[in-house]
Amino acid sequence: MTASGTVKKSVSIAIAGSGGAGAITAGAILLEAAGKSGWYGMMNRSVGPQIRGGEAAALLRLANHPVECMSEEYDLLIAIDWKNANRFAAEMPLKADGLIVSDPSAGEVPEAVGASGAAVAEIALKELAKAIPGGRENMIAAGLAAGFIGLSIDHLIEVMTTKLSPKGDAAVAAGRICLEAGMAQAARHPKGFEIGAADLKNQGRWLITGNEAVGLGAVRGGVRFAAAYPITPATEILEWLAPSLAKIGGALVQAEDELSSINMAIGASFGGRAAITATSGPGLSLMMESLGLAAASEVPVVVVDVMRCGPSTGIATKSEQSDLNIAVYGFHGDAPHVVVAPLTVADCLYTTQWAVHLAEAMQVPAIVLSDQSLGQARVLMKRPVNLSFLANRKTYDGKIDAAYNRYALTADGISPMAIPGTAGGQYTADGLTHCERGTPSTRRSDQREQMDKRHDKVANFDYGVHWGEITGTGETVILTWGSITGPAREAIRALKKDGIEVKLVAMRLISPFPKEALLASLEGARRILVVEQSHSGQFYRYLRSNCDLPGEIRRFHRPGPHLIGAAEIGNRIRDWQNP
Amino acid sequence: MNAPLPSPFKARDYRSDVAPVWCPGCGDFHVLMSITRALAALGRPPEEIAVISGIGCSSRIPAYTNCYGFHGVHGRSLALATGLKVARQDLTVLAISGDGDGYSIGGNHFLHACRRNVDMTYIVMDNRVYGMTKGQPSPTTEPDWDSALSPGGTGLGPFHPLVIALASGANFVAREFSGDLKGSTRTILEAIRHPGFSFVEILSPCVTYRPDEKDWKNTVHPAVVEETDDPARAARRIMTDDGMNTGILYRGRRAPYVAHVSDTRVDIAALERDFEI
Ligand SMILES: Cc1ncc(C[n+]2csc(CCOP(=O)(O)OP(=O)(O)O)c2C)c(N)n1
Ligand code: SF4
Repeated sequence: MTASGTVKKSVSIAIAGSGGAGAITAGAILLEAAGKSGWYGMMNRSVGPQIRGGEAAALLRLANHPVECMSEEYDLLIAIDWKNANRFAAEMPLKADGLIVSDPSAGEVPEAVGASGAAVAEIALKELAKAIPGGRENMIAAGLAAGFIGLSIDHLIEVMTTKLSPKGDAAVAAGRICLEAGMAQAARHPKGFEIGAADLKNQGRWLITGNEAVGLGAVRGGVRFAAAYPITPATEILEWLAPSLAKIGGALVQAEDELSSINMAIGASFGGRAAITATSGPGLSLMMESLGLAAASEVPVVVVDVMRCGPSTGIATKSEQSDLNIAVYGFHGDAPHVVVAPLTVADCLYTTQWAVHLAEAMQVPAIVLSDQSLGQARVLMKRPVNLSFLANRKTYDGKIDAAYNRYALTADGISPMAIPGTAGGQYTADGLTHCERGTPSTRRSDQREQMDKRHDKVANFDYGVHWGEITGTGETVILTWGSITGPAREAIRALKKDGIEVKLVAMRLISPFPKEALLASLEGARRILVVEQSHSGQFYRYLRSNCDLPGEIRRFHRPGPHLIGAAEIGNRIRDWQNP
Repeated sequence: MNAPLPSPFKARDYRSDVAPVWCPGCGDFHVLMSITRALAALGRPPEEIAVISGIGCSSRIPAYTNCYGFHGVHGRSLALATGLKVARQDLTVLAISGDGDGYSIGGNHFLHACRRNVDMTYIVMDNRVYGMTKGQPSPTTEPDWDSALSPGGTGLGPFHPLVIALASGANFVAREFSGDLKGSTRTILEAIRHPGFSFVEILSPCVTYRPDEKDWKNTVHPAVVEETDDPARAARRIMTDDGMNTGILYRGRRAPYVAHVSDTRVDIAALERDFEI
């Protein structure tokens, strides 16, 4: 156990129980209350393969600084019961100086859990809950966790009241007594898990998931149409968009499959509405042919792929970064398009909004590669700034005297698009090779000119500084993309404390490959560690096929579901520094 | 009833100058004529009409019109058209397929478009063969029709599009013969005017791979019974007809699809407030 009185900056808590035990609710209340207290945090849930019920655990990390990833080890494990402990044990390893809260009535602490060396506090959660009319163990657990970390009871009660009030006054009253009882229990146990002073300068937290942030980024960018076919872990994007679009005058249609959803989005965009759909790997596979149509017919559309473990149905609830290849290379023929990847949960908003802007500006399909670890994580973040990325499509206003050519060859490759309803702008959008006017053609010159045009508009576009994020300096570089950015940044902070300077280069723009900007950011690099969550090292291969990286290269990659964490990345760098 | 004002448009206003790729004598020429005539009678300017298709000889039609068009991928005309119409209620939307495009690769969309009942018109040019790929059997081809891909025939009974449309909830079901320009024009116009999802199957001979279909002009006949709004009656009739009955067979009363709209209209800032704690 940590020395009494030590104040931590970040505490990781797992609340585990079988389905229906309410572990997730307890975690959600803690997270929001922490936000009200000026802290930051992140919550992920671990759910079993059962559709309903089965195992569930709330995995939380709370801190007095913004957090961008979960930690690999936990300080506190509160077990409402041990029914699924063996499955969870590997997912939530405990620190040796951590604490296990175990209810003696739930049986012995399982060996897999106890092996960590963490101390055990026996607290009779069930008995305590029974003593309170309408009392529930999960609320005792929430009170207990709050007590350990020094969270204010007022905020806890406030959040619980809003969450439980639909269940009636009695539930709220019982919840309150449970929270207090839990807190009182914590006071009787050793200290050492308090989080330091809150960030009170930056109040006004947002509580948002990556999937919700994608939805918000889309509507901020100008999306007013979505087509939907549900798939884990992307469904929450669509479920957020459905009521939200309706409220702002847009529409969402539930399609019969992804072949349909992508075409509905393309159809709406042809009609002049910025359109989006969201899916995961299996759905993206079904959409590929139509994404090629969008590329050839130059209709903007955004597809968000919340990646999960593949191939095939894989592990629907777990993260991986293994759809890079299909997103970049999955089209038949040469079909210039855009692939971008959010770097953190908060960045899901930024990147999606940027994707809408890019798709609309260049009249291309844009694929956003999010993943489960971002999409389904809920974070406390500072209120995001307003971005200037907006859907701004170059359209034809019908006022040109000469005959309108939809696919006219222009200096930047972008041709004004006539929107149905515009007199004089009638044309047929076509996936067949066509001439400038749009009429199908098999002429060499048309194929060549239209291919060049579509290539040039994407290749020569100014992506500005948004292509990636660079932090730190030094000759040692961690080069990564997407959701590994959070753990990589954390690794770099920890290394810095040990006097090891490492630079991070995290790519947001995947395709077109930002070669010049990337190489400039790597100038002077002597060692580059390429990190990614895929079995075959798709990102590494993609990098190598596009440029020669400077210096000595090492790579660290593995498939999901075991997320790559900060400490592991840090250790790779340390080992390299001290061979 | 007041007589509608004469339309200021002629059929040729809906025709582009692009020459069709079709074989001489192909039934699709007639379908193009019927569509442009029906649009002229409808009287909406060409820029307010969108013609959306998949892939096949028949699906080439959008570029031959002077409307907004989309020649998409094989089988997905209905999905493209649905997205367009939901996003742009103000447009008149026609979706076009062949029997391969609409009933085989796009079969699932057909069921759900009927169910969804978006206000648009779906015209399938049925020649009971895959024309564009040079003569393979389609879902409406007779079981004993011999071809290189299915020597001796598929042995499969043909798919009955009208029954399926009706059972799936289409709000207007009709069959026409391409050679009957008057009948086809009238039915297409009625289909466009009827709210909801209107399905018009047009028998359109493929003179190249199904020369036997040249005889259709002798075998089609107008439906002997009046159209109905009773799906049970329509079903019984369509189930038992010889596949050559033409005319409007069913005209339903289902309300067309409308996308979910919220009573409260807010701006994006209001959506963002939900994330504040
Ligand atoms: C995904 C895909 N598969 C196959 C094809 C090849 N193909 C082109 S048209 C066609 C069949 C068209 O038949 P139908 O819809 O009956 O139209 P028709 O040519 O007879 O008018 C096929 C199979 C294709 N273009 N795309
Ligand atoms: S192959 Fe058949 S369907 Fe195609 S254009 Fe020729 S006649 Fe018409």
